[in-house]
Amino acid sequence: MQQLLEGEKELIIEKVGEILGKHGSDRENLIPILQEVQDSLGYLPGLSMEIIAEAMDIPSVDVFGLTTFYNQFRLNPPGKHQIKICMGTACYMVGGRIALESFERHLKIGEGETTSDRKYSLETVACVGCCAIAPVVVVNEDIEGKVTPTRVDGLMLAFEADEQEEEQKEAEENEEKGD
Amino acid sequence: MSKKITLTIDGREITAPEGEKLLWVALDNDIYIPNLCAVKEIDPPQASCRLCFVEVEGYREPVTACNLAVTEGMVVKTRSPAVDRLVKTAFELLLSDHRLKCSECPKNRSCELQKIAKERRLKLRLTRFRPLVKDLPIDDSPDTFAFDPTRCVLCGRCVWEDHEVAGVGAIGFSRRGIDRRVTTFGDTSLADSPCIECGFCVEVCPVGALSFKE
Ligand code: SF4
Ligand code: FES
Repeated sequence: MQQLLEGEKELIIEKVGEILGKHGSDRENLIPILQEVQDSLGYLPGLSMEIIAEAMDIPSVDVFGLTTFYNQFRLNPPGKHQIKICMGTACYMVGGRIALESFERHLKIGEGETTSDRKYSLETVACVGCCAIAPVVVVNEDIEGKVTPTRVDGLMLAFEADEQEEEQKEAEENEEKGD
Repeated sequence: MSKKITLTIDGREITAPEGEKLLWVALDNDIYIPNLCAVKEIDPPQASCRLCFVEVEGYREPVTACNLAVTEGMVVKTRSPAVDRLVKTAFELLLSDHRLKCSECPKNRSCELQKIAKERRLKLRLTRFRPLVKDLPIDDSPDTFAFDPTRCVLCGRCVWEDHEVAGVGAIGFSRRGIDRRVTTFGDTSLADSPCIECGFCVEVCPVGALSFKE
């Protein structure tokens, strides 16, 4: 599971506490509680599952079993660039899996995972509704069509350029502040 | 004491407590029915391995013996072409994601899969299905035992022992479908989990997935 960011631990404890306070710790509320925690934090950090398990007096591995069973739960934080690869029938048939594998190779993470710097997350989705330009990849809100491995290389280069630009800007700002 | 009833299994008349599950009545009377996921105390039974099929008069199709309560006058046949077909398929599906190198397995000769194969004359190799053995590492972090997920048949016996008998809560099922497996919270090693190495889970594992170190 992902390393927590600075201050994230406190945030998790606070939010999960609030939500547990509202729902009570009956086991039948487990799924609604998990859904609300995910809505609030963007994902289900390990710590949140442990707090909930403790409150319900059940083994935390049972909460893990449930959250890995249902597709609606994500155990990794959404990346800054959320890459979603369409695995609808049309995209699957014309190489959705190849696009996924190209991203996996670039980012060195698997489907459903997030890079440790939280810049990129990778997931698959069902049909996004533009089969004519399959295979489709959705990056944050932008739709990319006909995503071949070469296109993946291009997209990654663009992301990296963006990142560099931002870093530069930040550095400049910091410098100005420093003056 | 509960009421006794009489039933017939493979032509033999047997008395048993009313409501007892058919699988246990048969086994107690030395009539073998293949089974992996059955634990007497789990109620309702998991009935997930699909190996304990039998024919019962009055039922159109074979039924699983582990979750069928015996009743007065019940007539049971443990074998029929339909039963054999179902058991064969369930068995082959189990083998399809099971590491089969028996000669290298710690449970060689005391394995429940080998026993079922022998009893029902089933092959311990794949003929119809594609092998889907997962690429998962052995966890040998505990001092006293090791866990090889690629030999696990997902019977759930260890999880029952861990949760209900030892009351520890270190292991459970995670994920779904072909990815289903026994894990700790967050897929950590057993040594990094609440495991206390009581060894209860190892004792009940019917196959070579959980085994004591030499
Ligand atoms: S490890 Fe053994 S006891 Fe546990 S589910 Fe797998 S086969 Fe069954
Ligand atoms: S023992 Fe009946 S289904 Fe497993």
